[in-house]
Amino acid sequence: MSTIPVTTAVPTPVVLPLPKAMLWLGGTVLLALAMYYFIGIDQGATSVFGDNMYIHEFVHDARHFLGFPCH
Amino acid sequence: MEKRIILRGVLVGALAGLLAFVFARIFAEPQIQAAIDYESARDEAQAALDKAAGLPVGDEGPEIFTRAIQANVGIGVGIVLFGVAMGALFAVAYAVCLGRVGNLRPRTLSVLVAGGGFLGIYLVPFVKYPANPPSIGHGATIGVRGALYVVMMVCSVAFLVGAVVLGKRLAKRFGNWNATLLAALAFVVVTGVAMALLPSLGQLAANVRDYGPQATETPLPLRNPAGQIVYPGFPADVLWDFRFYSVAAQAIMWAAIGLLFAPLAERLLAPRAERVAAS
Repeated sequence: MSTIPVTTAVPTPVVLPLPKAMLWLGGTVLLALAMYYFIGIDQGATSVFGDNMYIHEFVHDARHFLGFPCH
Repeated sequence: MEKRIILRGVLVGALAGLLAFVFARIFAEPQIQAAIDYESARDEAQAALDKAAGLPVGDEGPEIFTRAIQANVGIGVGIVLFGVAMGALFAVAYAVCLGRVGNLRPRTLSVLVAGGGFLGIYLVPFVKYPANPPSIGHGATIGVRGALYVVMMVCSVAFLVGAVVLGKRLAKRFGNWNATLLAALAFVVVTGVAMALLPSLGQLAANVRDYGPQATETPLPLRNPAGQIVYPGFPADVLWDFRFYSVAAQAIMWAAIGLLFAPLAERLLAPRAERVAAS
């Protein structure tokens, strides 16, 4: 195992021409950032679904532990 | 191809989140509970002081979820979904890096991209604004604190991407090793400048007004009007344990993402002949 080189002899091909993959990559980034926002930030400083604390209180412990600022 | 990479990233992220949750349930929850107990007892001491001074005593808001739900279900859902989101971002970064950062093996690239995610999204922001258990953090500053954390995170991710681009350019002139060291040095310097420019939480205007000049928002001892300490400051051991476990949980999550994705990527991308030759 230890003899397997870190690099490949064959150049790694660019598998994804960006313009073609843009829709999926961009969509994924948007969705992931939305999840990041709702788990970490929503109903602290800003709130999307009205002025209640349901999301905040439910993921409360995770929010603290993942490093987000909290009350 | 991009769909297959993203699907694998999301699955691996969910699994990594699950591992981090198991760790958190065992190690973090006792510390979180200790912090909440500290906060409750401190609030009682504060209420007693307010009552003695004839001030109105504020009551606690209604409890929406019980501690049992928060400590067993909420933290699990939160961390697993966080893992899914990070797995998805990891997959996109991996797809973009493929073939653009030199002749790395698919699995080596997987570990490197995961390491970048750990560093850029969590560890560097943590150095400036570390994770805090409940009872640390003033309600009045939550807006500013949230914004500062996001600014720090965006800076560190942007600088990391910049460092990779820089290293790639320098490689032609200085060779891979030296170019990597130079790019890392540039990252440390630029990130250090950003950290020096961003304010510490204790320096925020609202905090200086209420608590005087402090470095952080960690609760100080509570004193009565005569200046005697009636309730201690936040326990240092609880704080250290909480932060240490927070870093450990993220290290577990990102290591799991990188190491679980590696064989999947190898299968998906490495030419068949090379795999046979390698094994």
